[in-house]
Amino acid sequence: MPIKTREDLMQLKAQLPDETSYRMTILLCGGTSCLSSESDIIDEMLREKIEKNHLENEVNLVKVGCLRFCGEGPIMFISPDDIAYVRLTIKDVSDIFEQHILRGHIVDRLLYVDGAQNKTVPAPKDMDFFKKQQRIALRNVGDIDPRSIEAYVAREGYEALRRCISDMRADEVINVVRKSGLRGRGGGGFPTGLKWAYTASVKSDEKYVICNADEGDPGAFMDRSIIEGDPHSLVEAMIIAGYANGASEGHIYIRAEYAISIEPLRLAIDKAREHGFLGTHIFGSEFSFDIHIKLGAGAFVCGEETALIRSMEGHRGEPDKKPPFPSESGFRGKPTSVNNVETYVNIPAIILRGADWFASIGTERSKGTKVFALAGQLRNIGLVEVPMGTTFREIIYDIGGGHPEGKQIKAVQIGGPSGGVITEDFFDTPIDYDSLIAIGAMMGSGGMIVMDEDSDMVEIAKFYLDFTQDESCGKCTPCRIGTKRMYEILERLTAMEGDPQDLERLETLGENIKNASLCGLGQTAPNPVLSTMKFFREEYEAYAYRTKRTSYLIDGKQCIGCTKCARVCPVDCIAGKVREVHTINENDCIACGACYDACPTNAIVKP
Amino acid sequence: MREKILDRSTLDTALLARLDAYIDSLKGDKQEQLIHVLHKAQELFGHLPHNLQLYVAHALGLSGARVNGVVTFYSFFNEEPVGKYVTSVCMGTACFVKGADKVLERTLNLLGTKKGEMSPDGLFTVKDIRCIGACGLAPVVTINEKVYGKVKVGQIDDILSRYRGEKRAD
Repeated sequence: MPIKTREDLMQLKAQLPDETSYRMTILLCGGTSCLSSESDIIDEMLREKIEKNHLENEVNLVKVGCLRFCGEGPIMFISPDDIAYVRLTIKDVSDIFEQHILRGHIVDRLLYVDGAQNKTVPAPKDMDFFKKQQRIALRNVGDIDPRSIEAYVAREGYEALRRCISDMRADEVINVVRKSGLRGRGGGGFPTGLKWAYTASVKSDEKYVICNADEGDPGAFMDRSIIEGDPHSLVEAMIIAGYANGASEGHIYIRAEYAISIEPLRLAIDKAREHGFLGTHIFGSEFSFDIHIKLGAGAFVCGEETALIRSMEGHRGEPDKKPPFPSESGFRGKPTSVNNVETYVNIPAIILRGADWFASIGTERSKGTKVFALAGQLRNIGLVEVPMGTTFREIIYDIGGGHPEGKQIKAVQIGGPSGGVITEDFFDTPIDYDSLIAIGAMMGSGGMIVMDEDSDMVEIAKFYLDFTQDESCGKCTPCRIGTKRMYEILERLTAMEGDPQDLERLETLGENIKNASLCGLGQTAPNPVLSTMKFFREEYEAYAYRTKRTSYLIDGKQCIGCTKCARVCPVDCIAGKVREVHTINENDCIACGACYDACPTNAIVKP
Repeated sequence: MREKILDRSTLDTALLARLDAYIDSLKGDKQEQLIHVLHKAQELFGHLPHNLQLYVAHALGLSGARVNGVVTFYSFFNEEPVGKYVTSVCMGTACFVKGADKVLERTLNLLGTKKGEMSPDGLFTVKDIRCIGACGLAPVVTINEKVYGKVKVGQIDDILSRYRGEKRAD
C-alpha cells in the first residue's frame, strides 16, 4: 500500500518488531572486510543455533552493514550488555552461544584489547576509535538491517521526504540545502545547494539527478559502506533531490566491482517502489520519480561527471569540456545534477534537523562532517566520520591509535591518486576543503593512508602514477602522454638508472600536465609526485644520484639466529648458522620483503 | 561490420538465445544500455571474442567499431579467454603499502604467466585490480569469489596449490 501521510509512515514503523521485546540484540558486521573473513558463515552458524534452541523470540540477530572498525573484524556488538566481540572466527561461535547467549557469561578472550594502552575495552562507546567520531552520513550504517525498510522508517526514514513534498516548495528545499553549507563530498567541494539551484533554474522538459557511486580511489570505501549499510538514506535523498531539481528520473552509476554488493540497494529501490516512495503521486502529490541503477565497467575516469554521463549513455567514458556544465546540458543532453553518495545521505538529516544545526558543525567554510577510510600503518583501521576541522593528529593518534609498533609516522596520503601527502609539520592542520588546498593537498573523496618511516615515498608516488597513467582515457595529449613520460622517469629513477636532471623534468612535466589537461584526472594526476617531491626531495635525490641502498639488511643487535628469514628467502641469499647473526647477500637480494615479514624480532631493515 | 564477417558458428546458440532474451527484456533506449548488454554477454560467455562483439553490435544496431571501442575502454571486459580461477591481487593503496606488488610478482612467477594472460595449464588468470574495499585485510588476493587477507609472500604457493589439485578449493 502506498504511503501517503505521516500516519501511514507511523503505521509502517509499527510493523517493526519491538526491540525491547528481545532479551538480547546482536549486531553482526556484514561489511566487505568482515564478509571476507567469513562473517557470513558466522551469521549462518549462530542463526542455526538460535533456531535449534527456539530462541528466535529472545535473541535478535541482525546482520548489519559495516560496523566501521574494519581492522578488528569480523566484529559484533551485543546489547543491552553493551559489549563488542572482535576478530571472530567460526571457531568462536560455540563459545559465544554457549557462554554468552545461553548463560550470560562474557567471553573475555574475544573482547577488544586496546593495544596502545594494553587494556581490555568491552564497550564500543569506550573505545578510542569511536569516541571522537560524530555520525551524520553514517548515522544508520551498522545500526540497522539494511534490508528492512521498517527499520529505516523507525529511524525517521522518509520523514524528510514527506516534509519536503507536503510542506515545502522545491525552492525552499534548495534554500535549506544552500543555507546548510553542504559541499560536494566527492572531492571538489562545490556547494551542493548552488548546484541544485542552477539545475532547477534551467528550463527543460526533462531533468535528471544522478548519484556518482563510482568510488574509484584505491583505498576508499566510504560510499560502498553507505550503499551496503543504509541504502534507503540514499534512495530518500535522491527522491528529495529529484523534487528540488525538478527531475522525474534518478540514476545511480555504480562501479562494476561493487556489482555483487549492491543487492541491498536493489532491494531498497524495490521496497521504496512498493511503498509508493517511488512511482507516481508520491505522498499524494503530483510529483513522480523513479530510480535506475547503471553499472560501470571499471574505468577510474568515470568518476569525473562528464565521463560518467558518457558512460551512462553507453559510450567510452571520455570526459567533455566544461562548460556547458551538466547542470545545463548533461545526461541525454538535459539538465543533470550529479552528486556523490556521501553528499546525498547528508540531505535527509539536514531537512529533519535544519540548516542551522548542520551549519553549526565544522569550520567557517566547510560544514558538517567528513567520512574517511582510514588505512595503512596504523593500529586502528576502519571508517571514521569526524566533524570538519578535526586535525590529522586527532585522527591518526586519538582515533587511529598511532603506529602499531610505535614507529614514527612519516606522512599521510589523502585524496588518493589526485591528492598529495601531508607531513608531520601539518598534522595540526584542521581538515577542511580550503585548509587542505592551502597546504597543497586536497580533500578528495576520503581515502586516508598513513605511512610510517619505512615507506618509500618515490615508490608510493610511482604507484599512484602507474594507476593514473593506466586509467588515463587517452582523449587529451597532456594526460595520455605526459603521465606515461612521468611514469617512465620514475621507473628509471627507482631502477637506479636515472640522473639528477630527471627531477627537474618531473617538475616541469607535472606542472604542464596540471595546466593543460582536459579533466580532473589529468589536472590532478601529477599531485602525488609533486607533493612527495616537495616534502621528501632527499628520497628522490637518493635515487637520482644513485646513493640509495636497494637490498634488505639484518641488524646484528636484533638478530637471534632463528633462521626463519633464511628459510623463507626465495633466492636463498640469507646465510647464517642457528643462533648466530645472519647476513643478507646484497647483490642477490631481490627486496621481496619475505624475510621482513618472517622475522620475529624486527631485525630486518628495509632498504 | 558486414553480415558475412559475423560468424555465428563459433557461438553457442543456447547462450545466444539467452542473450537475445536479455536484450528483448530491456526497456527504453537499448543502444544506451550497451554496457549492461556487454556485462550480460560476458557473464554468459566468459569473455567477449570479436564475433560476439559483432553479434551485440548487430542486435543493438550499432557499428562493430563502436562496440569494440567500449569493450577495450573498460578494464572489466575481456576479449581473451580467462582461466578457471581468476586470481586478483588488490593494488589499492593500503595493499600496496603492505607489499601487494611483491605478492603479485611472486604469484606470476609461480604460475609462469604474465599479468592478464591465462596460465599455461588454463587454470589461472592473474590480474591486478583496484581497491576492493577490504583495506583492513591488506594485502588481499581474491581467487574467484574467495578472499584471502593478510597474504604473505611465503603463503602464495600454498594457496595456489589448493586450486591446482582442484579438490580443496575451499
